[in-house]
Amino acid sequence: MVALYAVGTLTFLGIRAFFVPHSFGQYGHYRGAAITEIAAHPIHFAGHQTCETCHADVQEMKKTGMHAQVSCEACHGPLAKHADDPSIQPAKLDTAVLCVRCHAASAARPKGFPQVAAAEHSNGLPCETCHKPHSPAISAGGAK
Amino acid sequence: MNISRRQMLILLPAAAVAWESVLAGTPESSPNYKMTDHWWSMLIDISKCIGCGNCVRACQAENDVPDGFFRTWVERYHVTDWHLENPEVISPDGGKEGFPSVTEDDNGKYFFVPKLCNHCADSPCTQVCPVGATFISPDGVVLIDQTYCLGCAYCVQACPYGCRYIHPQKKVADKCTLCYHRITKGLTTACCEACPTGARQLADLKNPKDPIHEFLRTHNVQILKPQMATGAKVFYNDLDGSVR
Repeated sequence: MVALYAVGTLTFLGIRAFFVPHSFGQYGHYRGAAITEIAAHPIHFAGHQTCETCHADVQEMKKTGMHAQVSCEACHGPLAKHADDPSIQPAKLDTAVLCVRCHAASAARPKGFPQVAAAEHSNGLPCETCHKPHSPAISAGGAK
Repeated sequence: MNISRRQMLILLPAAAVAWESVLAGTPESSPNYKMTDHWWSMLIDISKCIGCGNCVRACQAENDVPDGFFRTWVERYHVTDWHLENPEVISPDGGKEGFPSVTEDDNGKYFFVPKLCNHCADSPCTQVCPVGATFISPDGVVLIDQTYCLGCAYCVQACPYGCRYIHPQKKVADKCTLCYHRITKGLTTACCEACPTGARQLADLKNPKDPIHEFLRTHNVQILKPQMATGAKVFYNDLDGSVR
């Protein structure tokens, strides 16, 4: 009877070991290895700290302007591939789309946020004719 | 060797526990990141959100979110006069491409509300999963083990915030991971990185130096659906009472 009980228990443990993932229960009622698997996903946005390691000139230009707190990839999009391999050039941006996404006048936007009725404001001229995106105040000038 | 029935009943469970610990192996160590040192959350400042949709696009790019599905999205509320219980809420394509312009409305107000998984400390979604495929990690992020998920969608129904969906190709549950693959590398989330006004801020509640502590102490901050007692960890500043 004891032998049967022992064999039954060992069989149960064997089957359980086969079906239950090894890391199940490591931290709780789930597969612990899932955490490291999710953490290992690749990144697409490099982060502004990475951009600033090479583009210190742009950071310098930005820091006194209204876009000082706007991270590079907020406008330029995800650039982790460019950060890994600088020969991969980021896509050219279209300011006609980009600027109005944030600055088109709308009563839904916070009152203090700079907004313009784009068509009337520029008479069809591209925004960067007057405003340099990295430091947009007209008096600030700027090279790009 | 004679083993009594009593000894056998004591020894077998002990052997089972020992065998279990052998099978579990040693916990994987990360040299730069210690899960127990963090308790992640997010702060959303409604007064700063301009409804540009940057966060939605960034999330989709970072996490390969399929078109028509959202791990985060932005809603625009229009509340007229005293009709707090019946706001008009729109979220065209999750607010991904922004919102149509509106002119001043003397009879009401407009504002934007970004939404995402609330990474609840007592989340209903993790409680209903029949197989332990969704869980809260030791650093406070509700995650999904997509290799273990059955796709039964119990969690999708259980989430009071509508933050989960069944992935159309993988046929398993999917949702915001608070960019777990980024925050464990010392980066902020893609939505926070892309937000041009700082309306979204990743916060670590276990870090006493995190500015969120000062912010929570000095501002009128709310969570969504507090009556659900989910322990939501996405904090909203300047949230209107009409938001559900």
